[in-house]
Amino acid sequence: MAGVAVSTTINGDAVEYLCQPDETLLEVLRDRLGLTGAKEGCGTGDCGACSVIVDGRLVCSCLVLGAEAEGRKVETIEGMAHGDQLHPLQQKFLEHAALQCGVCTPGFLIAAKDLLEKNPSPTEEEIRFGLAGNLCRCTGYDKIVRAVQDAANVMKGA
Amino acid sequence: MNFDPRFSGRQFASVGTRPIRPDGIDKVTGRARYGADFNMAGQLVGRVLRSPHAHAVIKSIDTSKAEKLAGVKAVITAKDLPDLTDGDAAMYDILDNCMARKKALYDGHAVAAVAAIDARIARQALKLIEVEYEVLPHVTDVDEAAHHHAPLINDQVFTEGLEEKPAKPSNITKRTQFGHGDVHKGFAEADFVVERSFKTEQTHQGYIEPHACVASVNADGTADLWVCTQGHFVYRQHCAQLLGLEASKLRVTSSEIGGGFGGKTHVWAEPVALALSRKAGRPVKLVMTRDEVFRASGPTSATSIDVKIGARKDGTITAAEATLRYSSGPYAGSWAEIGAMTAFACYKLENVKTVGYEVLVNRPKTAAYRAPSAPMAAFAVESAVDELAKEIGMDAVDFRIKNAAQEGTRASYGPVYGPIGIGPTLEAVKHHPHMKAPLKENQGRGMACGFWFNFGGQTCTDLNIGMDGSVSLAVGTVDVGGSRASLSLVAAEELGIDYSHVKAIVADTSSLGYNDMTDGSRGTFSSSMATISAARNAIKILRERAAQMWDVPVDDVHWEKGHAIAKGEKYGNLSPLSLKDIAAKSGTTGGPIAGHSELVADGAGVSFATHICDVEVDPETGSTRVIRYTVVQDAGKAVHPTYVEGQYQGGAAQGIGWALNEEYIYGKDGRLQNAGFLDYRIPVCSDLPMIDTQILEIPNPNHPYGVRGVGETSIVPPLAAIANAVSNAVGVRMTHIPMSPPRILAALDAEREG
Repeated sequence: MAGVAVSTTINGDAVEYLCQPDETLLEVLRDRLGLTGAKEGCGTGDCGACSVIVDGRLVCSCLVLGAEAEGRKVETIEGMAHGDQLHPLQQKFLEHAALQCGVCTPGFLIAAKDLLEKNPSPTEEEIRFGLAGNLCRCTGYDKIVRAVQDAANVMKGA
Repeated sequence: MNFDPRFSGRQFASVGTRPIRPDGIDKVTGRARYGADFNMAGQLVGRVLRSPHAHAVIKSIDTSKAEKLAGVKAVITAKDLPDLTDGDAAMYDILDNCMARKKALYDGHAVAAVAAIDARIARQALKLIEVEYEVLPHVTDVDEAAHHHAPLINDQVFTEGLEEKPAKPSNITKRTQFGHGDVHKGFAEADFVVERSFKTEQTHQGYIEPHACVASVNADGTADLWVCTQGHFVYRQHCAQLLGLEASKLRVTSSEIGGGFGGKTHVWAEPVALALSRKAGRPVKLVMTRDEVFRASGPTSATSIDVKIGARKDGTITAAEATLRYSSGPYAGSWAEIGAMTAFACYKLENVKTVGYEVLVNRPKTAAYRAPSAPMAAFAVESAVDELAKEIGMDAVDFRIKNAAQEGTRASYGPVYGPIGIGPTLEAVKHHPHMKAPLKENQGRGMACGFWFNFGGQTCTDLNIGMDGSVSLAVGTVDVGGSRASLSLVAAEELGIDYSHVKAIVADTSSLGYNDMTDGSRGTFSSSMATISAARNAIKILRERAAQMWDVPVDDVHWEKGHAIAKGEKYGNLSPLSLKDIAAKSGTTGGPIAGHSELVADGAGVSFATHICDVEVDPETGSTRVIRYTVVQDAGKAVHPTYVEGQYQGGAAQGIGWALNEEYIYGKDGRLQNAGFLDYRIPVCSDLPMIDTQILEIPNPNHPYGVRGVGETSIVPPLAAIANAVSNAVGVRMTHIPMSPPRILAALDAEREG
């Protein structure tokens, strides 16, 4: 199969790659570009561990083709901190111990970032429904919800 | 130096605080490397061909077409994994489960595997492998499998544990019995007797990270394995034995692990990846898909349990009896045995008898799932206990308090308890504001108790002090939920230095002595004991070095708050030497300073919890929502309380999923119908309320700091607590887990029809 040439922007950097027509964006990120922060938990869009933001829209990168990233702006977990300055969500996840095994964490952080950008003052219920596309099996979500609440408060004050 | 593990009641400086975990920053920035995040030069992609049949003879496998496909570098079948198990029946089962030898025993059983230059070619190659099956009758239900007319899964199985060897083979591999006293006499003394049968369906641990490994076997017999596992030393032993390698030549590195909960305690894909690598002469990466994880890793047992409990009018239980049937997949297990041991462990009973039956079924080989076997037994027993309390007219908590086991009670499974937490958790629940909160229409409250043994086991730890005075702690128990933080706290505590100067890592199998795996809630319990021992050994050397620097007798040098202190009036002018001061001079006082520890961490304290749950049931749809949940559990000593809370909350959430909607659904064809997260639905954020926790600390007398394991007990009470809550909400006793909407509606309909 002939590869598809793709020019895109990932975490602010211009990136070019060749991918197969049936290759997912998740496979491209992980296997071609070495961006392994997004995880494959299911490959069917049910767990959210591969969450990335494409042109401001939260997506499961396992359900997007690598070829579809042409001309778009992709944000992944690797671009969430600014240099050595963690995003408030990252900091609050650490402080609240909102992760145990941590494999769902990149997806949750991306989904929470998307949520807070669209709704800076979410209620607990809005957080719970906003993050319902991301599975966590370790925490029971309690500390994740509290970390997002705390981060929202910090970001509003900033 | 002899290590004294007894509890000493010290005042803590570091233990009990809540610092950020050392591996945290990598996990929030995406840098942490899990099983699938590692690559090697020249690496191939491995894929596994799996049986579509629940039970079938493998008549032939033709791999020739697959081998000819361009880009395929190796194809293997069971022939490439010859039997080296030397009569070890348990290892043979593991081997047969990794790659079916004569029969495929469940939908998803591996029958062949390929290694190719990319995933696309590997998938194509699987389609070119021709397997001829002779399909056999199958059985997937635990009760049907236990019936004497059921299709036989293994005609060499004659039930063990009976007085006489049975004349015919069956699917029941073993009978076990526990208890004491005379239950017949006990039931004769009872004024009230409750007798009920219960069922629970099979569930999966549901870790978000699928099994993944990279295997590299060299021509000289050395090999490397990178893998997500709860126990890399155990994986090394199993893989070395199955592949015929010397254990010391197989280095196993545990990746970060994306959840295990007992499910990453067994090898499945790893021997296959090693065999592929050996045949191809190149490294092979093998990652399971989610479908494969459900169909072909190790879910927990499905169960069928009969319980009978009798009590006098005053609320004293006079006798308790249970018969427990647990599915173990197509291979022998000891799951019903554990259920039979745990069933009545919360209570002080004069007459108790439990009998367990291990039942073969055409489902994946059962693996541990967090306090394995205990939640199902607790569901049955705690449901019957609730019902009995109602019949007597006693409050459910008071009835349990009256019968709770205490220090000195002979447990139903044999031993006599030391100081335990069941009574205190019940007293805490009795006085918890949750118990007094008002309930609305269609809402119900339930509570239940749970027990888990906890485990200690073989443990080896190294503590190295750098010349700058910072400390590297190498442990061999995989960190599944923050143990590097808790063990760093323990090292800081013992040495008397700040947490920030300790860095804990999980060492690979070539860098540290053998460690049992992180199971049985042993990670922090056993490795903290070994860390304390290692730190004390290091302190002995630090004192010797200080004595040398001062030129005084070592017996006059004491260790206090991170400093060597010369004790005695004659040393009045000597200012204390800090750990950093001593480390800085180590090059001239005898070389590197380290403390090592190898021990068997005996004395894991048993663990008890009591949970409270409020639910709201929609009588139109049968849908149930948990609206409030409280966990009360004894931690012995919470080393890092935030992560202890996390264990309590996580276990409760898994129990909620199990109680209300998770189950393996098999079709009549014996195929799993819901092998994905869409149809096997684990709780999502919007399904759950906040989960309140209360940590009790009843010190374990067999650990220097009083620590008990905390990881597993939290999944034991939820099934029963939620069943009791639902039963109280709808007025019908629920006896089948999960209490999915159709089951609740059916129970309501049956009640209406009388």
